[in-house]
Amino acid sequence: MNIVQLLNQLPGAVAQGLIWGVMAIGVYITFRILDIADLTVDGSIATGGAVAATLITNGVDPWLATLIAFAVGMAAGAVTGLFHTAMGIPAILSGILTQLALYSVNLRIQGIGTDLGSRANVPMSINKYKNMLVSLRNVGHLSLDNPIWLMLLISLILIGVMYWFFGTEYGCGLRAVGANQQMARAQGINTNTGKVIGLMISNGIVAFSGALMAQYQGFSDVSMGRGAIVIGLAAVIIGEVIFGKLFRNFALKLLAVSFGAIIYYLVIQVVLWLGLNTDDLKLLTALVVALFLAMPYWKARIGTRKKKGGANVG
Amino acid sequence: MLAESDMLVLRDLRKTFNPGTIVEKTALTGVDLTLQKGDFVTVIGGNGAGKSTMLNAIAGTFPIDQGRILLGGRDVTHLPEHRRAAFLGRVFQDPMTGTAASMNIEENLALAGRRGQFRGLRWGITARERERYREKLSSLDLGLESRMGSKVGLLSGGQRQALTLLMATLKKPELLLLDEHTAALDPKTAEKVLKLTKLLISESGLTALMVTHNMKDALTLGNRMIMMHEGRIILDLNEEQKRHMTVEDLLAQFEKVSGRELANDRMLLTN
Repeated sequence: MNIVQLLNQLPGAVAQGLIWGVMAIGVYITFRILDIADLTVDGSIATGGAVAATLITNGVDPWLATLIAFAVGMAAGAVTGLFHTAMGIPAILSGILTQLALYSVNLRIQGIGTDLGSRANVPMSINKYKNMLVSLRNVGHLSLDNPIWLMLLISLILIGVMYWFFGTEYGCGLRAVGANQQMARAQGINTNTGKVIGLMISNGIVAFSGALMAQYQGFSDVSMGRGAIVIGLAAVIIGEVIFGKLFRNFALKLLAVSFGAIIYYLVIQVVLWLGLNTDDLKLLTALVVALFLAMPYWKARIGTRKKKGGANVG
Repeated sequence: MLAESDMLVLRDLRKTFNPGTIVEKTALTGVDLTLQKGDFVTVIGGNGAGKSTMLNAIAGTFPIDQGRILLGGRDVTHLPEHRRAAFLGRVFQDPMTGTAASMNIEENLALAGRRGQFRGLRWGITARERERYREKLSSLDLGLESRMGSKVGLLSGGQRQALTLLMATLKKPELLLLDEHTAALDPKTAEKVLKLTKLLISESGLTALMVTHNMKDALTLGNRMIMMHEGRIILDLNEEQKRHMTVEDLLAQFEKVSGRELANDRMLLTN
């Protein structure tokens, strides 16, 4: 185990963490603000990658391609939202349905401009598409083309925009939808529209991150989103556990999500360096997330037991 | 048929929940009611009499099977709940229902201050509003004016109910719906909230429907009282008639009209 080997991996972990952090901010919007566990993201992150890669390899400017990926992600969120609100399907199942459907859609998107009609993988080498926004090839550089700088900037702008949006009249209404639907309706808020809009924003951000991820790794793959929701949740929870007491402000809470994603990837690098097989990563991630999700439940149970005990003594 | 001063008109409201199933429940069997502007009507009746169902039908929580609902002269029968909210102030039995626990006191008020209005991309709360809310809160005398940044989830049931009342009347509603809003509170707190209710209603001359389990409150508050049984109104007393009624008279009346005793219900007979 060579420590230099680990240190060499760290900048890459930070860059990857920042990209996944963007995605995790999207997850935070549904999971924490709207109180919906949205499984669309496993599909919409790959949709973002597929749209960006297909457009870039067909000569579209990477910035424009990334923004279009955002828009297509919003459309995916709208589908989940309509499954849920217009068709009465439980939110979690709506997300699963869209996620499944997106697998086919993503194959088709990646097939655009080819004779095949559908494709599982779209390579886009930084050598050929030199103006891509981020690339892992530059992650070791100390210059401005290091993707960490741009990702930092994008993360901060995104956090700023979300802070503004959820402070507006409409954004406050959306928070009320997540907090108490009955109250929201009594205040004249259309909870169905609110959920659809929230899912659209969330999946737009997720697809945006997918577009960046595809450029970073130099390819888009239909299965690149597998387990994305769990990584997103891991980032949200790690951020809350470590910075929850410190960060009270909404913008800081979003920053904590981004930090959570970075920490997640740093930890992954360390356990891989310690000898964990890459194949076992998802198992480890799932178990860790399950453990952290159980924390509030266990805490509450221990709390009531203590209270009961106290009453007996009294 | 419609007078200018009619604030609420209910015509033959009917509602059956889960029709055709073993859990079928006939909740409203033809409710007719007209409220004049400024009426403060108390509603009593046993469990399952349809009191809450009537209030929820007015609010639009569910579609009714038959009948018409007019609010301030507008037919709102087919209007969705969030659109009717523009005309209604609501306080629920459960203090958790009327407020958003994870949001601040001032954010909750700002949400209520925009009830029925378009919500755009302007900032959610202005400095001038904050001042207004601070004044309103200090009039409650609960010390909430110094805790405007606190999460509502940290407040007691009574404080939350007082806040919900304030929110319901912040933008003057055409009709205030109170659904046993003191039933979940301890007697002392309930009395406080009831006092506040009276004050807010008389201050702005609100039209109100108040469901209560407390017969004495039903007799002493407001200018009219209705009694419901099996989904319809079986007794309707004006201010004059109400004044001469005692709780015992009411019980006797109930037995006479319904052919049943009220004793098996959780109706509060005293205090």
